[in-house]
Amino acid sequence: MAIDRKHIGEVSEPRVIEVEKGQLRFFAKATNETNPIYFDEEAAKAAGHPALPAPPTFVFSLALGAPAKRGNILDAENGMGVDMRRILHGEQRFEYHRQIYAGDRVTLVTTTSEIYDKKGGALEFIAQDTTATNDAGELLVTMRSVTVVRNG
Amino acid sequence: MDNDVITVGYQLPTHSQGPISRATLALFAGASNDHVPLHIDSDYAKSAGMDDVFGHGMLSMAYLAQMLTHWRPQASLLRWNVRFTAITPLYATVNSTGEVAEILEEAGRRVARINIRTTTDAGLVTMDGEAFVALD
Repeated sequence: MAIDRKHIGEVSEPRVIEVEKGQLRFFAKATNETNPIYFDEEAAKAAGHPALPAPPTFVFSLALGAPAKRGNILDAENGMGVDMRRILHGEQRFEYHRQIYAGDRVTLVTTTSEIYDKKGGALEFIAQDTTATNDAGELLVTMRSVTVVRNG
Repeated sequence: MDNDVITVGYQLPTHSQGPISRATLALFAGASNDHVPLHIDSDYAKSAGMDDVFGHGMLSMAYLAQMLTHWRPQASLLRWNVRFTAITPLYATVNSTGEVAEILEEAGRRVARINIRTTTDAGLVTMDGEAFVALD
């Protein structure tokens, strides 16, 4: 089933999520992180950080933790309604502006930038761009995710 | 670490993680907010035509991030992008590697463009891309 191209250009509602230090520690444990600045507040402070820093890919997890309704790939009611079994992560990009720390409140807005297909529609690609900003409205991170949908 | 020695062809210290067990995937699913059952439920993965559960792409990208942040502080990482080229099988060990491809000047800073990839212990390239890391 082809994805409705009407979603191109769609902008999600803003979602606000707090960066929890317990989850940062859990993330460090789950990825077998050995650098203590990512799980030990004293080590983080000794390295000049005000709190535990979020590692480079963590903003992706923030987005998963506060999923959009509008433009959501899986959501059949508000988004594209794609079967979860058919999706694969195709590409991922991050650009950093300010470090995210434990305790930050992060606002995420996701734009569906492109939907295109290859191999006669057997594969569809959804490119979504997300901005993460802080309460002062300052840009923290931008990221692009490309999701592949297998229609074959 | 002396930045003067960072030139084209410089290889970052290789970073290895794994083998990826079912427990690794369960922990990462919880910690990363990725609850897609393809990675944690064998029955579900098989219903999707997969042999078994497999590693999250973002787990390998987190390992690749560790290679970069263990080499330079995270603030040096300006931007990076990857393409997932194969799924990461269960029990794989993931080796992250990087090689400086170019030294650029950006806004008065020396920046290394680094070709990065993850490869399993079976030689399967699961991800490749590039990272831009400030050297000063």
